Amino acid sequence: MSHWIELRSLRRTEGTVCILSDIELKLGAGKTALIGPNGAGKSTLLRLMHGLLRPDAGSVIWPRPLTQAMVFQRPILLRTTVLANIEYGLKLRGVSARERRKRALSALERVGLSHLVQRQGRRLSGGEQQRIALARVWALEPQVLFLDEPTASLDPLSRHEVERIIGEIAASGTKIVMATHNLGQARRIAEEVLYLEAGRLLEQTPVSEFFHQPRTAAARAFLAEETG
Amino acid sequence: MSEIAQSLTLASELIATGDNRLAAIVGLSLQVSLSATLLSCALGIPLGALLAVGRFPGRHALIILFNGLMGLPPVVVGLLVYLLLSRAGPLGELGLLFTPTAMVIAQTVLVMPIIAALTLQVIEDEWHEYREQLRSLGASRLRAGRTLIWNARFSLTTAGLAGFGRAIAEVGAVMIVGGNIDGVTRVMTTTIALETSKGDLPLALALGAILITVVLLVNAVAFFLRQWAEKRWG
Ligand SMILES: Nc1ncnc2c1ncn2[C@@H]1O[C@H](COP(=O)(O)OP(=O)(O)OP(=O)(O)O)[C@@H](O)[C@H]1O
Ligand SMILES: [Mg+2]
Repeated sequence: MSHWIELRSLRRTEGTVCILSDIELKLGAGKTALIGPNGAGKSTLLRLMHGLLRPDAGSVIWPRPLTQAMVFQRPILLRTTVLANIEYGLKLRGVSARERRKRALSALERVGLSHLVQRQGRRLSGGEQQRIALARVWALEPQVLFLDEPTASLDPLSRHEVERIIGEIAASGTKIVMATHNLGQARRIAEEVLYLEAGRLLEQTPVSEFFHQPRTAAARAFLAEETG
Repeated sequence: MSEIAQSLTLASELIATGDNRLAAIVGLSLQVSLSATLLSCALGIPLGALLAVGRFPGRHALIILFNGLMGLPPVVVGLLVYLLLSRAGPLGELGLLFTPTAMVIAQTVLVMPIIAALTLQVIEDEWHEYREQLRSLGASRLRAGRTLIWNARFSLTTAGLAGFGRAIAEVGAVMIVGGNIDGVTRVMTTTIALETSKGDLPLALALGAILITVVLLVNAVAFFLRQWAEKRWG
């Protein structure tokens, strides 16, 4: 029982277009980066694993039940305070009011935004909202966390901060699966890389190996293009 | 010309002195239409939200139905409720015809579809934006519907105000089921219709002025509420 999630001959079509085909994959503990060009199917793959989409063929197998959460590229907060936003997911899980408060405040502190606790969530800046979204999932203490380009629209400082938070969440034992266009970020954070192109999974490679010696010509071309 | 001027003067006197008869009519109008609006919200908002987030057979038919009912003519609603409450009708036993309760029922039938249809539009947009996020956090459809009602509370208040505006301004339904009985079921619109046809303009004009003020006020509240909510909640 070494792996946490397994994908078997996974296929997803949208109308007549095949978005993902024949995905075979086993993911274990640790941090996985999902990279590939625009439209490769990264977001779709994350949604399939997280259960927001159903495969048209094949299956997503969780050998043992694990708690999971996801942070979307664009954080979506409710029209209420930061505190109530973070408590919401805990409330759905039936966590008592006292415990909710405690966990929400502690998550907020860990992302360094305690001073925003009573502010309106949707009035915050994009970077702040992204960190609140991370606090919201962190408070849930998921065993697996899916991240879809968590730093895509952030300035370097916020990006650095979000990377630190992701590192800390991972350090508590949470498995991370993160789609990113930032190769430096994949290198800094991840232990292994999944390379996706045109709906096919071309590589599952340890990070150092991927960046020095990608196994496929497609990944090599992608890296050459991206790093200039 | 001078007759109109004279009527206007008398009308403003009626308002200024807080004429008893006038106050009773305005009071009943507000009471009936507010009750109908609250009842419509209590029924229409959950129903609209359910139509927006739910998945059940007949959902599309219901959406089409409620959108259609939004434009229902008040007199037709009045007629239907009349048939329902008349002595020979299925609810005739209750003896509700020509009472304020009958008027509340008729206006609720009129306004509920409006509230439901507006709620459907609002929550559908919300659902589009929040669906994946709420599911990801573990919310069932029912729970998501509840959350989105709260999340859209200001747009929905505006919908409620629109419903109230419709209720307080309609004549046909309350005229038919209320019977326009002096001191019992006479409201602003029915009194205006009656007094005008009798040629008693001062009371009609005074009520007209008050009705316009109420409608404008409701719209102003809706407008500022929207601005304020957008600024405060985003
Ligand atoms: N609901 C949909 N209907 C039709 N096509 C879709 C739908 N969702 C995704 N696609 C298509 O599937 C392909 C993969 O989309 P996806 O969002 O998974 O790519 P991605 O790798 O995340 O891209 P990006 O890097 O731009 O975020 C794209 O070509 C997209 O147009
Ligand atoms: Mg994407």
